[in-house]
Amino acid sequence: MSKSYYDPADLKKFGKITEWSEEIGNKFFEYYGKVFEEGALSAREKSLIALAVSHVVKCPYCIDAYTKDGLQKGITKEEMMEAVHAGAAIESGATLVHGVQMMNKYDKLSM
Amino acid sequence: MKESLHKRNNQLANGKRQLEILNNGIFASGELPKFADKIAEIGHFPLRPKSLEVLQINVGYMCNQVCAHCHVDAGPDRKEIMTKETMQQCLDVIKKTGAHTLDLTGGAPEMNPNFRWFVEKASRLGVKDIIVRSNLTIIRANKKYYDLPDFFKEYNVHVVSSMPHWTRGKTDKQRGEGVFAKSIKALEELNERGYGLPDSGLKLDLVYNPSGAFLPGDQSAMEKDFKKALFEDFGIQFHDLFAITNLPISRFLDYLIVSENYEDYMYALVEAYNPAAVANVMCTNTISVGWDGWLYDCDFNQMLGLKVASKVTHISKYNEKLLNDRNIVISQHCYGCTAGAGSSCQGTVT
Repeated sequence: MSKSYYDPADLKKFGKITEWSEEIGNKFFEYYGKVFEEGALSAREKSLIALAVSHVVKCPYCIDAYTKDGLQKGITKEEMMEAVHAGAAIESGATLVHGVQMMNKYDKLSM
Repeated sequence: MKESLHKRNNQLANGKRQLEILNNGIFASGELPKFADKIAEIGHFPLRPKSLEVLQINVGYMCNQVCAHCHVDAGPDRKEIMTKETMQQCLDVIKKTGAHTLDLTGGAPEMNPNFRWFVEKASRLGVKDIIVRSNLTIIRANKKYYDLPDFFKEYNVHVVSSMPHWTRGKTDKQRGEGVFAKSIKALEELNERGYGLPDSGLKLDLVYNPSGAFLPGDQSAMEKDFKKALFEDFGIQFHDLFAITNLPISRFLDYLIVSENYEDYMYALVEAYNPAAVANVMCTNTISVGWDGWLYDCDFNQMLGLKVASKVTHISKYNEKLLNDRNIVISQHCYGCTAGAGSSCQGTVT
């Protein structure tokens, strides 16, 4: 058993989750594959969105996977970093917008 | 400029050492299946040739560049050059072969002193498609090469050129400082002669191979991105983009090992194995001729020193019937040609 919660080798085993719950596991992978196909958004655009989200949800497997996917799609490091900033901006914005709630509460309780 | 593995006496300059690495480790332990077992599952072992379509001739390993991923280990320090005598033997074969395509590669094929003589002679023999795999920068490397675009045009040479990315940084990292700017200049000159323009018969194709330990993305999507960026930024046009997978041999193998990416890369190749690509891998319709006239199933086998498994092993004894009755020599590097949509010198194969 690994002494670390995250082992890079586990990413290769992702498909094995279907072994303990075949039907919904397969449905997930089918859905997942479909989501990332070319559509109204290009596969390239979706890869950048996935990279940004990977950082926001702090998933090391996803970061590895979508950095590699981006390289395969010819995405530049500048584009990748801007995508990460877009995710970070939303995440920090989400924290900061709660500042309004804090201000509202503060004002309500104050004389 | 870096030196070749050969010049540095690196152990990976030796094909046998490369094959030891490819056949041992994760493949010997059974962690990953061997290529032979994989193609046996679909009834393709032993792998057999179909009719010959392409004669690929490596006219020498000398090159003005030392690309980090080069499977030939080419460079200015490589002195292996095809002689006029061997070229004549190739021409004798071209006369009687059924191949419709002559694919000239290197090194930089233009650096062979008899390159132009060879192209002229081949052209007179009426070969349908004469491909020159030009690295582009050779056109700007020295005054004596400045007129190459005109020479290509005169003989309707089909130019196939490497371009790892549409941005300077990635190109120069893989191919050397200043390569991007020179390549753009060379492409502009080819466009000026009509090469690569939409309705032009002067074919200009680009080859993309990844600048690192990852596989190429979708060929048509990459082509769209390349076309858009090169046209918007430089007004450059070309016909097709071939997305080629880097095979784990020679300098690329050295890079994979040094950067500790070897196992992950082999996993990626095996995971991306596509049985549908096996039937059309390029060794099934191509014969590769080495600078010294020895025959191979492909340019990669040539670099590994794996000659054809036939009674005929040299261009001087060429016999198409005997050659067609051979088993293609394979090893784990062949996974590179069956990954994803497949990979060949003409791009994807599915």
